[in-house]
Amino acid sequence: MLDAPLAEADSTHGVAWTRKDLLDTDTLTRAEIDLVLQTARGMREVRSRPVSKVSTLRGTTVATLFYEQSTRTRASFEVAAKALGADVVNLTASGSSVEKGETLIDTVSTLEAIGTDVIVMRHHRSGAPFLAARHTSASIINGGDGTHAHPTQALLDLFTMVDRLGSLEGRKVVIVGDVFHSRVARSNAWALLKYGADVTFCGPPTLLPRYFVPTVDGRRCTMATDLDEAIEDADVVMALRLQKERQRHGLIPSLREYISRYQVNPARLRKAKPDALLMHPGPVNEGIELSPEVAHGAQSLIEAQVANGVAVRMALLYLIAARSRV
Amino acid sequence: MNERLVVRGGRVIDPARGIDGILDVLIADGRVVEVRPGIDVAPARVLDARGCIVAPGFVDLHAHLREPGFEQKGTIATETGAALRGGFTTICAMPNTRPAPDCGPVLESVLERFQRDGRNRILPIGCITRSREGRELAELAELAAGGVIAFSDDGNPVADPRLMRNALALAGALGLPITEHCDSPEMHGQGAMNEGAVSERLGLSGQPAAAEAAAIARNIELAAAAGARLHIAHVTTRRGIEIIAEAKQRGLPVTCEVTPSHLFLTEDAVSGDGPEPAYDTNAKINPPLRTEADRRALLAALDAGIIDAIATDHAPHAIEDKLVEFEDAAFGISCFESAASTLLTLVARGELRAERMVEALTSRPAACFGIDRRIPGAGRLEPGVSRDVVILDPSAEVTVDPTRWVSKGKNTPLAGKLLRGEVRAVIFDGMLAQEREGAHV
Repeated sequence: MLDAPLAEADSTHGVAWTRKDLLDTDTLTRAEIDLVLQTARGMREVRSRPVSKVSTLRGTTVATLFYEQSTRTRASFEVAAKALGADVVNLTASGSSVEKGETLIDTVSTLEAIGTDVIVMRHHRSGAPFLAARHTSASIINGGDGTHAHPTQALLDLFTMVDRLGSLEGRKVVIVGDVFHSRVARSNAWALLKYGADVTFCGPPTLLPRYFVPTVDGRRCTMATDLDEAIEDADVVMALRLQKERQRHGLIPSLREYISRYQVNPARLRKAKPDALLMHPGPVNEGIELSPEVAHGAQSLIEAQVANGVAVRMALLYLIAARSRV
Repeated sequence: MNERLVVRGGRVIDPARGIDGILDVLIADGRVVEVRPGIDVAPARVLDARGCIVAPGFVDLHAHLREPGFEQKGTIATETGAALRGGFTTICAMPNTRPAPDCGPVLESVLERFQRDGRNRILPIGCITRSREGRELAELAELAAGGVIAFSDDGNPVADPRLMRNALALAGALGLPITEHCDSPEMHGQGAMNEGAVSERLGLSGQPAAAEAAAIARNIELAAAAGARLHIAHVTTRRGIEIIAEAKQRGLPVTCEVTPSHLFLTEDAVSGDGPEPAYDTNAKINPPLRTEADRRALLAALDAGIIDAIATDHAPHAIEDKLVEFEDAAFGISCFESAASTLLTLVARGELRAERMVEALTSRPAACFGIDRRIPGAGRLEPGVSRDVVILDPSAEVTVDPTRWVSKGKNTPLAGKLLRGEVRAVIFDGMLAQEREGAHV
């Protein structure tokens, strides 16, 4: 049933994908992540062909269910699903039964009833995909929940880093910005720690977690408030989007001060390793967390992240949907 | 009708009268008649209480009956039935109903409902402010004349310190306590759980412990200046307890309560035991479940008598209030029917002394609100006066099954949990009202 080029991606060292859902990176094993990355390499090869589509997931219905605005994640999933031959249904909270007061569980049950196999879900409430996953036999892929998790972003970031650096063992990754409210930072930390990286969260104290330190096998995230120190000898610098309302809520004194202390600009990036990778989950506030020279500079991987996102999401859709056919 | 009842051979704990020993209790003509060894009267129905604890009927300072206004969550009939099943023979009803008892006529109609549908003794708590909105004072004197036992805006802390000061002055002059949910919402908005490692890991909004401690400190200062009695509802933090302990050392008329939920559970209940975080909305309660260090501090303060009472904060909710995203779910745990088993489990683990548990469920809460003056014999086993007795089996192994509960609220994070101890029987108004068999609570 599956196309030949993908057959080798079915397992890594005998590890098979058995999960119904992808909710976060924290419970994934290293072997499962290896499998995702290896499968994604195959998918990237598919994307590079003249006809960059296969029919592997023909007959599979993927729904994107977005309760929150999104351009890239949603488009990325739609392209990924279509590249595998799946049918795609797009739903947004506005203009649907959600606006009429339908509960999340009822919406998900309805999607299941019309034959949806995989639901890619983004929600403004942390934990919403976990609630949905417990109440449907359809697979749930978390496309970002509140300030909690964004596992597909983390996996595409990991894919991009491994692609450029090879092993991440002992590599220094600095994640700078509004870590406290960032689902990207949390999911990245779990994945990176499992790959042996040294992860530093950097930002003003009001935008860093105060109690929670991601820890895997005794390897802990480092917390830092001084970017000029934290960035020294970094292999990877990942800047996070700063929501402008953080100033209004009194979490930062001003954008001006934030920029002066936490913007990744050419001078700061020079303190990192000479060939350090610059990443950002997008969309970028140019001139705030990144200076334009850096965002569009030679070290920037922002476009590679977006391109790799399609391959990684194809891999996840494939692993999850193919599992459900067994 | 007036059959005689002998509760035989149990460990009778009556803290108000300093009794703790293997004794028999004779109940006749609607009252406790005798408490002594070797009661032998015939004819009488005999309840074999060997291995059991025999205590006064429980007194709850903090319950939500939902009626009028929220009957889908619970009614006076269902929730007082649940209370009785849990051993609570006298309960204080919080005023978070619609309409709320903020004036004489509403109170009167609520009291009529209590009279008609209540299955145990219900004492009303009146509002501090009109509609519990924190803007204008409720008619406190009229409410006092109508029979309220205390004043509270329940889950709405009185934010305006000047209003609170005046409310304390008026309540103090009426001789009634204010029971206050101590929180500083302006410090956090509406945090959905305890602010700490779990909230940060799960990406949920948090209530810092400082928000409780700061409000406790403020209200103690205001009460001290007004010369009023202040009761701190459901204290949950180590710092909160320290501030209360200091107030008590100063001799201020400050009392406080703790819930079985906060004694038994921590913030970890929100994430659950599984590999994936559960986001268990049944563990969402206000004030939130705190840390293990807080829980241990609560147990120590209860043991030392700094915490006066154990109160349920029974808060039944409809399924649809909880089967939603965590931040959107209602606060509250349905507690009446699991409270005793939860507390007896703590006793079995050596975390709580049985005699202290009984005191905090009976004589101490009765004293906090002056209930023993209103209802003679409440919270004690006084021959010729007291009417209610609870018989607890501390060794029963039970599984929590809310589908069997009388309460409309099935919202408990303990469903399926194995607990140690249960309510064996309840005597209310001198009559056997409940007798339990089986391995479920």
